[in-house]
Amino acid sequence: MTQTTEMTDTNSIEKEITLRAPRERVWSALTDAQEFGAWFGITLDGAFKAGQPIHGRMTNPKYAHVDFEFIVETIAPQDLFSYRWHPYAIAQGVDFSKEPTTLVEFRLTDTAEGTMLTVIESGFDQIPEGRRAEAFLMNGKGWTSQVENIRRYVEK
Amino acid sequence: MSRSSAAIATRVRDAAPLFAALGDETRLRLIVRLSSGGPGSITQLSAKSDVSRQAITKHLRVLSDAGLVRSTRRGREQVWDLEPKRLDDAHAYLDRISKQWDEALDRLKAFVEE
Repeated sequence: MTQTTEMTDTNSIEKEITLRAPRERVWSALTDAQEFGAWFGITLDGAFKAGQPIHGRMTNPKYAHVDFEFIVETIAPQDLFSYRWHPYAIAQGVDFSKEPTTLVEFRLTDTAEGTMLTVIESGFDQIPEGRRAEAFLMNGKGWTSQVENIRRYVEK
Repeated sequence: MSRSSAAIATRVRDAAPLFAALGDETRLRLIVRLSSGGPGSITQLSAKSDVSRQAITKHLRVLSDAGLVRSTRRGREQVWDLEPKRLDDAHAYLDRISKQWDEALDRLKAFVEE
Protein backbone atom coordinates (compact mmCIF):
# COMPACT_ATOMS: atom_id res chain seq x y z
CA MET A 1 0.00 0.00 0.00
CA THR A 2 1.24 3.45 -0.87
CA GLN A 3 -1.28 4.92 1.46
CA THR A 4 -0.42 6.53 4.74
CA THR A 5 -2.77 7.61 7.42
CA GLU A 6 -2.32 10.18 10.10
CA MET A 7 -4.93 10.74 12.70
CA THR A 8 -3.72 13.49 14.92
CA ASP A 9 -6.81 14.09 17.01
CA THR A 10 -10.54 13.48 17.18
CA ASN A 11 -11.29 16.50 15.01
CA SER A 12 -9.82 15.45 11.67
CA ILE A 13 -8.84 12.61 9.39
CA GLU A 14 -5.89 13.02 7.07
CA LYS A 15 -4.91 10.72 4.22
CA GLU A 16 -2.07 10.83 1.72
CA ILE A 17 -1.86 8.73 -1.39
CA THR A 18 0.54 8.77 -4.32
CA LEU A 19 -1.22 8.28 -7.63
CA ARG A 20 0.74 7.22 -10.70
CA ALA A 21 -1.15 9.63 -12.95
CA PRO A 22 -0.60 13.18 -14.17
CA ARG A 23 -1.92 15.99 -12.04
CA GLU A 24 -4.52 17.08 -14.61
CA ARG A 25 -5.89 13.52 -14.72
CA VAL A 26 -6.30 13.43 -10.93
CA TRP A 27 -7.79 16.93 -10.93
CA SER A 28 -10.44 15.91 -13.43
CA ALA A 29 -11.24 12.71 -11.49
CA LEU A 30 -11.87 14.88 -8.43
CA THR A 31 -13.73 17.84 -9.87
CA ASP A 32 -15.71 16.45 -12.78
CA ALA A 33 -18.90 15.38 -11.01
CA GLN A 34 -19.39 12.36 -13.30
CA GLU A 35 -15.83 11.15 -12.81
CA PHE A 36 -16.01 11.81 -9.06
CA GLY A 37 -19.21 9.77 -8.92
CA ALA A 38 -17.58 6.87 -10.81
CA TRP A 39 -14.93 6.16 -8.15
CA PHE A 40 -16.74 7.52 -5.12
CA GLY A 41 -19.87 5.49 -5.80
CA ILE A 42 -22.43 8.25 -6.10
CA THR A 43 -24.67 9.61 -8.84
CA LEU A 44 -24.50 13.40 -8.77
CA ASP A 45 -26.96 15.80 -10.36
CA GLY A 46 -25.08 18.54 -12.19
CA ALA A 47 -21.56 19.89 -11.79
CA PHE A 48 -19.32 21.10 -8.97
CA LYS A 49 -19.37 24.90 -8.81
CA ALA A 50 -17.68 26.97 -6.13
CA GLY A 51 -20.15 28.13 -3.51
CA GLN A 52 -22.92 25.92 -4.91
CA PRO A 53 -24.67 22.87 -3.46
CA ILE A 54 -24.89 19.66 -5.47
CA HIS A 55 -26.99 16.59 -4.62
CA GLY A 56 -26.48 12.92 -5.21
CA ARG A 57 -27.45 9.37 -4.31
CA MET A 58 -25.06 6.61 -3.37
CA THR A 59 -24.87 3.79 -5.89
CA ASN A 60 -24.70 1.28 -3.01
CA PRO A 61 -28.36 0.16 -2.77
CA LYS A 62 -28.04 0.04 1.02
CA TYR A 63 -27.69 3.83 1.12
CA ALA A 64 -29.67 4.68 -1.99
CA HIS A 65 -32.42 6.28 0.11
CA VAL A 66 -30.08 9.00 1.33
CA ASP A 67 -29.93 12.39 -0.35
CA PHE A 68 -26.31 13.51 -0.09
CA GLU A 69 -25.60 17.19 -0.33
CA PHE A 70 -22.14 18.58 -1.05
CA ILE A 71 -21.62 22.30 -0.68
CA VAL A 72 -18.61 23.19 -2.77
CA GLU A 73 -16.27 25.71 -1.15
CA THR A 74 -13.11 26.08 -3.26
CA ILE A 75 -12.12 25.03 -6.76
CA ALA A 76 -8.51 26.24 -7.28
CA PRO A 77 -7.49 24.43 -10.49
CA GLN A 78 -5.11 21.52 -9.99
CA ASP A 79 -4.38 22.71 -6.50
CA LEU A 80 -7.28 22.55 -4.07
CA PHE A 81 -10.84 21.25 -4.24
CA SER A 82 -13.01 21.45 -1.11
CA TYR A 83 -16.59 20.91 -0.04
CA ARG A 84 -18.70 20.58 3.10
CA TRP A 85 -21.08 17.74 3.84
CA HIS A 86 -22.70 15.78 6.63
CA PRO A 87 -20.42 12.85 7.36
CA TYR A 88 -22.09 9.49 7.59
CA ALA A 89 -25.54 11.01 7.24
CA ILE A 90 -27.27 7.73 6.50
CA ALA A 91 -30.01 7.77 9.14
CA GLN A 92 -33.43 7.55 7.61
CA GLY A 93 -35.90 10.27 8.46
CA VAL A 94 -33.34 12.47 10.21
CA ASP A 95 -33.08 16.08 9.13
CA PHE A 96 -29.35 16.68 8.97
CA SER A 97 -29.67 20.10 7.41
CA LYS A 98 -29.38 21.89 10.75
CA GLU A 99 -26.46 19.84 11.95
CA PRO A 100 -22.84 20.90 11.64
CA THR A 101 -20.91 19.84 8.54
CA THR A 102 -17.35 18.65 8.07
CA LEU A 103 -14.97 20.17 5.53
CA VAL A 104 -13.32 17.88 2.99
CA GLU A 105 -10.21 19.20 1.25
CA PHE A 106 -8.35 17.54 -1.61
CA ARG A 107 -4.87 18.98 -2.22
CA LEU A 108 -2.56 18.01 -5.07
CA THR A 109 1.23 18.20 -5.35
CA ASP A 110 3.64 16.80 -7.94
CA THR A 111 5.96 13.95 -7.04
CA ALA A 112 8.56 11.97 -8.99
CA GLU A 113 6.08 9.11 -9.43
CA GLY A 114 3.06 11.19 -10.32
CA THR A 115 0.73 13.12 -8.07
CA MET A 116 0.38 13.18 -4.34
CA LEU A 117 -3.15 13.63 -3.10
CA THR A 118 -3.82 14.75 0.46
CA VAL A 119 -7.36 14.43 1.78
CA ILE A 120 -8.29 16.16 5.01
CA GLU A 121 -11.74 15.88 6.54
CA SER A 122 -12.09 18.17 9.56
CA GLY A 123 -14.71 19.50 11.94
CA PHE A 124 -15.70 16.25 13.68
CA ASP A 125 -15.52 17.90 17.09
CA GLN A 126 -18.61 19.89 16.10
CA ILE A 127 -20.65 16.74 15.43
CA PRO A 128 -22.81 15.98 18.50
CA GLU A 129 -21.52 13.04 20.51
CA GLY A 130 -24.92 11.38 20.35
CA ARG A 131 -24.90 11.49 16.56
CA ARG A 132 -21.43 9.97 16.42
CA ALA A 133 -22.46 7.12 18.68
CA GLU A 134 -25.67 6.59 16.74
CA ALA A 135 -23.95 6.57 13.37
CA PHE A 136 -21.60 4.01 14.77
CA LEU A 137 -24.24 1.78 16.33
CA MET A 138 -26.71 2.04 13.46
CA ASN A 139 -24.76 -0.02 10.99
CA GLY A 140 -24.87 -3.75 11.57
CA LYS A 141 -21.13 -3.89 11.21
CA GLY A 142 -20.83 -1.83 14.37
CA TRP A 143 -20.83 -4.83 16.63
CA THR A 144 -18.61 -6.87 14.34
CA SER A 145 -15.97 -4.20 14.45
CA GLN A 146 -16.52 -3.78 18.19
CA VAL A 147 -15.67 -7.44 18.58
CA GLU A 148 -12.60 -6.83 16.45
CA ASN A 149 -11.73 -3.86 18.70
CA ILE A 150 -12.02 -6.16 21.70
CA ARG A 151 -9.73 -8.69 20.10
CA ARG A 152 -7.18 -5.97 19.34
CA TYR A 153 -7.59 -4.60 22.83
CA VAL A 154 -6.90 -7.86 24.57
CA GLU A 155 -4.02 -8.83 22.26
CA LYS A 156 -2.33 -5.43 22.37
CA MET B 1 3.54 -8.75 18.17
CA SER B 2 3.66 -11.78 20.43
CA ARG B 3 2.63 -10.78 23.89
CA SER B 4 2.69 -13.09 26.84
CA SER B 5 -0.48 -14.98 27.52
CA ALA B 6 -0.36 -13.51 31.03
CA ALA B 7 -0.77 -10.00 29.56
CA ILE B 8 -3.72 -11.17 27.49
CA ALA B 9 -5.24 -12.82 30.53
CA THR B 10 -4.93 -9.54 32.43
CA ARG B 11 -6.63 -7.61 29.68
CA VAL B 12 -9.43 -10.13 29.43
CA ARG B 13 -9.88 -9.91 33.19
CA ASP B 14 -10.04 -6.09 32.99
CA ALA B 15 -12.55 -6.24 30.17
CA ALA B 16 -14.88 -8.75 31.83
CA PRO B 17 -16.71 -6.27 34.15
CA LEU B 18 -17.35 -4.03 31.15
CA PHE B 19 -19.09 -6.79 29.26
CA ALA B 20 -20.90 -7.99 32.37
CA ALA B 21 -22.28 -4.46 32.74
CA LEU B 22 -23.41 -4.48 29.13
CA GLY B 23 -24.93 -7.95 29.35
CA ASP B 24 -28.34 -6.79 30.49
CA GLU B 25 -31.20 -5.59 28.33
CA THR B 26 -32.21 -2.63 30.50
CA ARG B 27 -28.63 -1.42 30.76
CA LEU B 28 -28.06 -1.78 27.01
CA ARG B 29 -31.25 0.21 26.45
CA LEU B 30 -29.93 2.92 28.75
CA ILE B 31 -26.67 3.07 26.78
CA VAL B 32 -28.53 3.32 23.47
CA ARG B 33 -30.87 5.96 24.94
CA LEU B 34 -27.90 8.04 26.17
CA SER B 35 -26.15 7.58 22.79
CA SER B 36 -29.02 8.85 20.72
CA GLY B 37 -30.80 11.19 23.14
CA GLY B 38 -27.87 12.72 24.98
CA PRO B 39 -27.58 13.24 28.75
CA GLY B 40 -30.66 12.80 30.95
CA SER B 41 -31.92 12.86 34.51
CA ILE B 42 -33.37 9.78 36.20
CA THR B 43 -36.84 11.16 35.48
CA GLN B 44 -36.06 11.51 31.77
CA LEU B 45 -34.34 8.14 31.59
CA SER B 46 -37.17 6.28 33.29
CA ALA B 47 -39.90 7.97 31.26
CA LYS B 48 -41.51 5.65 28.72
CA SER B 49 -39.97 2.71 30.56
CA ASP B 50 -41.66 -0.12 32.44
CA VAL B 51 -38.73 -0.15 34.82
CA SER B 52 -39.03 1.81 38.06
CA ARG B 53 -36.88 4.83 38.86
CA GLN B 54 -35.23 2.85 41.65
CA ALA B 55 -34.31 0.06 39.26
CA ILE B 56 -33.00 2.54 36.67
CA THR B 57 -30.85 4.15 39.37
CA LYS B 58 -29.43 0.75 40.29
CA HIS B 59 -28.63 -0.07 36.65
CA LEU B 60 -26.97 3.31 36.17
CA ARG B 61 -24.76 2.58 39.21
CA VAL B 62 -23.65 -0.72 37.64
CA LEU B 63 -22.84 1.10 34.38
CA SER B 64 -21.05 3.80 36.34
CA ASP B 65 -18.96 1.23 38.25
CA ALA B 66 -17.91 -0.23 34.88
CA GLY B 67 -16.88 3.27 33.77
CA LEU B 68 -19.48 3.43 31.00
CA VAL B 69 -21.53 6.36 32.30
CA ARG B 70 -20.94 9.24 34.65
CA SER B 71 -23.20 11.60 36.53
CA THR B 72 -22.92 15.29 37.20
CA ARG B 73 -25.05 17.65 39.24
CA ARG B 74 -27.18 20.18 37.39
CA GLY B 75 -28.82 22.28 40.07
CA ARG B 76 -30.72 19.83 42.23
CA GLU B 77 -30.75 17.18 39.55
CA GLN B 78 -28.27 14.46 38.85
CA VAL B 79 -27.66 14.15 35.12
CA TRP B 80 -26.32 10.96 33.59
CA ASP B 81 -24.19 10.83 30.47
CA LEU B 82 -21.99 8.39 28.59
CA GLU B 83 -18.36 8.23 29.58
CA PRO B 84 -16.88 8.83 26.15
CA LYS B 85 -13.39 7.60 26.93
CA ARG B 86 -14.65 4.15 27.88
CA LEU B 87 -16.96 3.75 24.94
CA ASP B 88 -14.46 5.44 22.69
CA ASP B 89 -17.21 6.40 20.29
CA ALA B 90 -15.32 9.29 18.79
CA HIS B 91 -12.48 7.04 17.75
CA ALA B 92 -14.71 4.23 16.57
CA TYR B 93 -16.65 6.74 14.48
CA LEU B 94 -13.53 8.27 12.98
CA ASP B 95 -12.06 4.79 12.36
CA ARG B 96 -15.14 4.04 10.38
CA ILE B 97 -15.00 7.17 8.25
CA SER B 98 -11.27 6.70 7.89
CA LYS B 99 -11.85 3.19 6.52
CA GLN B 100 -14.41 4.54 4.07
CA TRP B 101 -11.83 7.03 2.81
CA ASP B 102 -9.27 4.24 2.40
CA GLU B 103 -11.72 2.32 0.25
CA ALA B 104 -12.71 5.39 -1.77
CA LEU B 105 -9.08 6.34 -2.37
CA ASP B 106 -8.24 2.81 -3.51
CA ARG B 107 -11.04 3.12 -6.07
CA LEU B 108 -9.75 6.56 -7.11
CA LYS B 109 -6.26 5.09 -7.56
CA ALA B 110 -7.61 2.34 -9.80
CA PHE B 111 -9.68 4.91 -11.67
CA VAL B 112 -6.85 7.34 -12.52
CA GLU B 113 -4.15 4.74 -13.06
CA GLU B 114 -6.10 2.48 -15.40
